Amino acid sequence: MTETTRAWLLSDAPQTRRQARMGALYQGWLTFRANRLAMVGLAILILLVLVAAFAPWIAPQNPYAQNLAERLKPPSAQHWLGTDALGRDILSRLIHGSRVTLFIVGTVALIAPVIGLFVGTVAGFAGGWVDQVLMRITDIFLAFPKLILALAFVAALGPGIGNAVLALAVTSWPPYARLARAETLTIRNADYIAAARLQGAGPLRLLIGHIWPLCVSSLIVRVALDMAGIILSAAGLGFLGLGAQPPMPEWGAMISDGRTYILDFWWVAAMPGMAIFIVSLAFNLLGDGLRDVLDPKGGRE
Amino acid sequence: MSPLLSVRNLRVDFPTRSGMFEAVRGVGFDLGRERLGVVGESGSGKTMAGRAILGLVRPPGKVTAERMELGGESILNLPESRMRRLRGSRISMVMQDPKFSLNPVMTVGRQIMEGYRLHTGESRAAARDKALEMLRAVQIRDPERVFDAYPHEVSGGMGQRIMIAMMLAPDPEILIADEPTSALDVSVRNEVLRILDRLVGARGMGLIFISHDLNLVAQFCDRVLIMYAGRVVEELPARDLHAARHPYTQGLLNSLPRLDRPVERLAVLRRQQGWRDAPPEGAA
Amino acid sequence: MLTVEDLDVWFGHPPERVDAVQSASFTVPQGESFGLVGESGSGKSTILRAIAGLIDTWSGRIEVAGETIAGRHRTRTFHKTVQMVFQDPYASLHPRHSVDRVLSETLRLQGMDRVDQRITRLLDQVGLGQGFRFRYPHQLSGGQRQRVAIARALAAEPRLLLLDEPTSALDVSVQAEILNLLCDIRAERGLTYVMVSHDLAVVAHMCDRLAVMRAGRIVEQMDTARLRAAAAQSDYARALIAASTGYRRPA
Repeated sequence: MTETTRAWLLSDAPQTRRQARMGALYQGWLTFRANRLAMVGLAILILLVLVAAFAPWIAPQNPYAQNLAERLKPPSAQHWLGTDALGRDILSRLIHGSRVTLFIVGTVALIAPVIGLFVGTVAGFAGGWVDQVLMRITDIFLAFPKLILALAFVAALGPGIGNAVLALAVTSWPPYARLARAETLTIRNADYIAAARLQGAGPLRLLIGHIWPLCVSSLIVRVALDMAGIILSAAGLGFLGLGAQPPMPEWGAMISDGRTYILDFWWVAAMPGMAIFIVSLAFNLLGDGLRDVLDPKGGRE
Repeated sequence: MSPLLSVRNLRVDFPTRSGMFEAVRGVGFDLGRERLGVVGESGSGKTMAGRAILGLVRPPGKVTAERMELGGESILNLPESRMRRLRGSRISMVMQDPKFSLNPVMTVGRQIMEGYRLHTGESRAAARDKALEMLRAVQIRDPERVFDAYPHEVSGGMGQRIMIAMMLAPDPEILIADEPTSALDVSVRNEVLRILDRLVGARGMGLIFISHDLNLVAQFCDRVLIMYAGRVVEELPARDLHAARHPYTQGLLNSLPRLDRPVERLAVLRRQQGWRDAPPEGAA
Repeated sequence: MLTVEDLDVWFGHPPERVDAVQSASFTVPQGESFGLVGESGSGKSTILRAIAGLIDTWSGRIEVAGETIAGRHRTRTFHKTVQMVFQDPYASLHPRHSVDRVLSETLRLQGMDRVDQRITRLLDQVGLGQGFRFRYPHQLSGGQRQRVAIARALAAEPRLLLLDEPTSALDVSVQAEILNLLCDIRAERGLTYVMVSHDLAVVAHMCDRLAVMRAGRIVEQMDTARLRAAAAQSDYARALIAASTGYRRPA
């Protein structure tokens, strides 16, 4: 980047709306970049996305192709990560499984925080009986362990990856609602909200234009940090046989398959376990870096 | 007489994305048994100078000085363990808002006792007597009741008096007061100042009084340093403050509305680039 | 322009009810600048907030420009007539909204046309100029923020401005600039001010008349000349004036 572009971006006196926006983005990027581990997390996740996008071209073999003659082979030049009980190449299954993982993570990350944001901010902003009703509902959801509740949902809806994701999303919004409500309660009485009220701004405008932008950043951080847990829950459902159904190469289900052979053929369970571990770690690192950038309490000045 | 505290060419630097930010740029003064006022606007470096003396500048901030001596002994960049022993026993600090400097879950009495015992190693009974004595010394009428009170149960003025009692209990040689009264109402303010004045005078302590309020400093202190952009631009006896020569000091004084002198328009300070660089007048 | 009669304001419910203001009455004619002074907790800011509609637990009568006000609800005309400038410029601007966004949203809410042109004029009027239009609050100093807050209040072209300690969070040299700006604006537009402050000198400089408050009640009303002469009638007002002349070292 040239020196002039940099100066243009970092200017304290932006001349146009575009410059102001780009400048704010660039400042955020610089803060994020300063956190080395977060950059590692970001790199891993970009890699994951690329792998998922190009899975059919990258994967050395067909993830569904069984070869019973080659079953339970240890890692070798031919099968880098070995083969499973049906002689399928584990590396290929992991690569295709990244698509499933991204689908789960993406869907849950889209649904849960949005429900949480909506419920939490409305409860916090409206107060009174609206707050009471919404928060008691939230409490009911929180009273059950997440996985048990998800299990109940899946049991009712029928096993399958789609229902598993839905169950996870529906059971993981309450913490976001709590967070959003707490933030809203502090923002609600701020002078800038009072000032907007004095201009005649209605509750809907205050909620969407003034309160949401401030809640969203802490929610994003929280979601990134929670992603690891969601991947693990999805894997847990897969492990229990309620998530992805065979022969879909879902990481949790793969561990479950490997369980029977774990003492003699460790790689069958360990390789997908490793993949889950690395991606979870990457999300945690990313969340940490995002907190530096987005959390207003971190103090940018 | 040798000064209690001697500072020469004190600098505090903070690295930032756009280069080095120099918060304090070469401040020097000697403090005797007197009330020294340090006046400046926000960002003038007055608070940072006070924190540097107490070793409270957090990394990445960097403190350098030609000399920073307490009773002839260098205290520049001492290791934290030694600095902690110094703070409280030989130099104390009173901050702006007692709400943030008192521990909310500990009774007032215990906080005073704890600080005192930490620095003197006295017994609990002796510390309790000392704490009550200090509460009386800051003119708290019912010291036993306040001793058992929690910080949220006392008013702002009372809180600040408790802070003073706590800070003066181990008999420090120097007290640094950073805007000790700006969070207080005027009537309470004068009372707190009177207490501070009396205690400091009686114990022969050195007081560094950091404030943005020129008139108050002129009335309360013996000597005044005026800081601008991390530098001392003028130093003069407090009673001569209204005859200040530096245009910055004059500008500050003129920009204040006054009860006794109505004006059509307030004079506005015109800052000049030269003030940042000019050597301090009358500096050693 | 503004009449307040028998105003009571309270917070909470019995038995923890706190009476912040008790039977306050005062009248501010069109074009006057009226001060409310007192120490912290005296209820001076509470009165402003009750007038502005930010508090709904009050009783008594508030009349603004001939219109009687009830509860917390305020009409469009009210928002066009009355605006407020808050004490802390660091808390009164939304941290994620640029100056441009703050002003354009305000202008649209007030149903103004030619938004671009008006923003230009407002920024010039408060002495900021175009260079500041696209900045975020963290790129502004305290004084600049307060100028933005004043521009926001002026956007609706109000006739009554409520000023809640508009300079107490600022340095003295910046205070002088803001007070001068407020004086100029008032002279230019013939505005009515109600200004809350703990600083008697600031009130003496800005206001024609003032009310001294203590513990929720108005103790005394006087004009500025009386304040400057320290000729208050009540003991409390006299003590307050004496205290604010500064610290006198005991002999």
